[in-house]
Amino acid sequence: MITTETKTALKQLTRETSPYWEAFEQFEKTAKEPEWVRAARKAGISHFVELGLPTLQDEDWRFTNVAPIAKLPFKPVLESTGEGVTAKSLSHFTFAELAGSRLVFVDGHFTPELSSTVNLPEGVKVKSLAEAIAKDPAQVEPHLFHHARSDTSAFTALNTAFFKDGAFIYVPAGQTVSEPIQLLYVSTAKEDGTTAHVRNLIVAESSSQATIVENYVNLSDAAYLTNSVTELVAGDNAVVEHLKLQDESQEAFHITTLAAKFGRASNVLTHSIALGAKLSRTNILTHLAGEGLECILNGLYLTRGEQIADHYMVVDHAEAHCDSHEYFNGILADKSKGVFHGRILVRPDAQKTDAKQTNKNLLLSDSATANTKPQLEIYADDVKCTHGATIGQLNEEAIFYLRSRCIGLETARRMLIHSFAGEIIERVRCQPVREELDTLVWGRIEQNEQKITGNK
Amino acid sequence: MTQPILTIKNLSAGVEGREILKGINLTIRPGEVHAIMGPNGSGKSTLASILAGRDDYNITGGEVVYCDQDLLELESEDRAREGVFLAFQYPVEIPGVNSTYFLKTAYNEIRKHHDQPELDAVEFLKFVRERMKILDVPEDFLKRPVNHGFSGGEKKRNEIFQMAVLDPKLAILDETDSGLDIDALQIVATGVNRLKRQDNAQLVITHYQRLLNFIVPDYVHVLMDGRIVRTGGKELALELEENGYESIIPGAVVPA
Repeated sequence: MITTETKTALKQLTRETSPYWEAFEQFEKTAKEPEWVRAARKAGISHFVELGLPTLQDEDWRFTNVAPIAKLPFKPVLESTGEGVTAKSLSHFTFAELAGSRLVFVDGHFTPELSSTVNLPEGVKVKSLAEAIAKDPAQVEPHLFHHARSDTSAFTALNTAFFKDGAFIYVPAGQTVSEPIQLLYVSTAKEDGTTAHVRNLIVAESSSQATIVENYVNLSDAAYLTNSVTELVAGDNAVVEHLKLQDESQEAFHITTLAAKFGRASNVLTHSIALGAKLSRTNILTHLAGEGLECILNGLYLTRGEQIADHYMVVDHAEAHCDSHEYFNGILADKSKGVFHGRILVRPDAQKTDAKQTNKNLLLSDSATANTKPQLEIYADDVKCTHGATIGQLNEEAIFYLRSRCIGLETARRMLIHSFAGEIIERVRCQPVREELDTLVWGRIEQNEQKITGNK
Repeated sequence: MTQPILTIKNLSAGVEGREILKGINLTIRPGEVHAIMGPNGSGKSTLASILAGRDDYNITGGEVVYCDQDLLELESEDRAREGVFLAFQYPVEIPGVNSTYFLKTAYNEIRKHHDQPELDAVEFLKFVRERMKILDVPEDFLKRPVNHGFSGGEKKRNEIFQMAVLDPKLAILDETDSGLDIDALQIVATGVNRLKRQDNAQLVITHYQRLLNFIVPDYVHVLMDGRIVRTGGKELALELEENGYESIIPGAVVPA
């Protein structure tokens, strides 16, 4: 028997998810795709309707309220909007001068006119995922949808149901792509609620090497949503560096998931740099699936105003002799908020695991907040797991030291803030990326500091 | 007589209502090395901190004139730009700030302050390498983050290296000998002596006489309970070493 309470709840749920459901029915009619993709999309929308958007009652979303996203109208971008975007309008973005291949996506749609691939070794593919689904199923089907789960994440489910495109990067065994591959995502949203569902698949086969940069930027000041999912597979002995720079509009919402699987003796370095968005949530879900591998999850969030930057990490140690290190630093000004949730799971077979986690937060104002939540679940007995978190202000003693060395108060502050960011930036291995990122962050710190000084 | 570099007149200061300095008088002229000795808690480090501009203290009386300027009116960075240098007792580790960048910024602040053109990276490196030679400073001091991961001895040496780069008119060495073994002490003292000139001055603050075997002072002042109770030549340090602080003022309460 259905109680009144259940009825109300159902009605509520239907009202919340019906726009998504209706949009999906429309979208499905137009999509011409292989059956395995259609099935995944259907499963995606079903899971989404079951799960609904997360609330503060959801343990994994305790500190980040996505109600503002739920309130937005749902406007997935189903048609290409790239006509108005020119190479010139992209020239001022970070990494614009970076050598190497670059794919550009406008509101989640591949824009070939703005994209180019260069110096790709034999067998390496850097292309649109939509195209790869049609033409390279043998390389796509074994991986796509296998790592990012729709049944436990509403946003991944929604992405799976609605994604139009994204990047497909395939590096065959033993090949090295020496220049970074840049994926540039531009939002041109004119209306609130405009949603780009980006889906990427990166497959680095055994003993291959590649550096991938995901760069989220905007030509918009609307309250749009980027909901992207990247699946990353690093084969045995593969060496992969992955960096996501999020520099969305201050009005925008940014939800991304990097779901990754690492093979034996691989070496993977991921960076998440969060500068923009009113609310951003970055999920990094890693499955350490081979022995003797090493992975580093590195991250920096720099927020001001009322921004929220949330990082949610799962490091799943399934095999023995693996090292994982997480380093996340947050620099929080004004009334902004940083959230760090790091779960380390050490399964019974994962003996000799060495898992480290550090989250440091620098509060630049009395009203900034940081929430940090380590979560260690250890089912093996011969392991080393450490975690540490700090929340503090600029070191007064260090400021005095710098001042006593002729350096003015404002410069001293900036130097210390920059050095705090520098701890993270210096881990970026790809030199041109690191240098440009450093310049960008330094400039942003300077801007924020000028605002602070200006307010006084 | 030449114009003094520093004149302290009847300086009193304290924290939270507790008086630490109770009327200090001291005059330092170019070319002079002064040592201030005293037991723990006598106010030595407070004096050094106040001269460098640490604002944890309330100045309750007196004045400090530095090269015809009211020193206490200046911000600490301006004092440094005008040539006051404090070698810290506990140099601060600043991870993430590259030493070369730090030194270049500091040095160029002085240049700007004196309306001189700033040195670019190449010019600065050339200049700083010369200074390094004078002090036999290892090359990696430039590459490491400021004091980060330095041993106690390396930190003190780095202070003297910074002093060599910034070339102060008045260098204040706050217990530079503390925590140093005899070899490190000798290296640091040699560095300080090489930087001594007829137009600058050094104020050496120390608890022990042993540093003064290497840095020979022109004047030794004994600071006790916030006052300079005796002033003499370098032989006063030896007398203190032999007889202890209690011999200076019989009956005085000397904190351990």
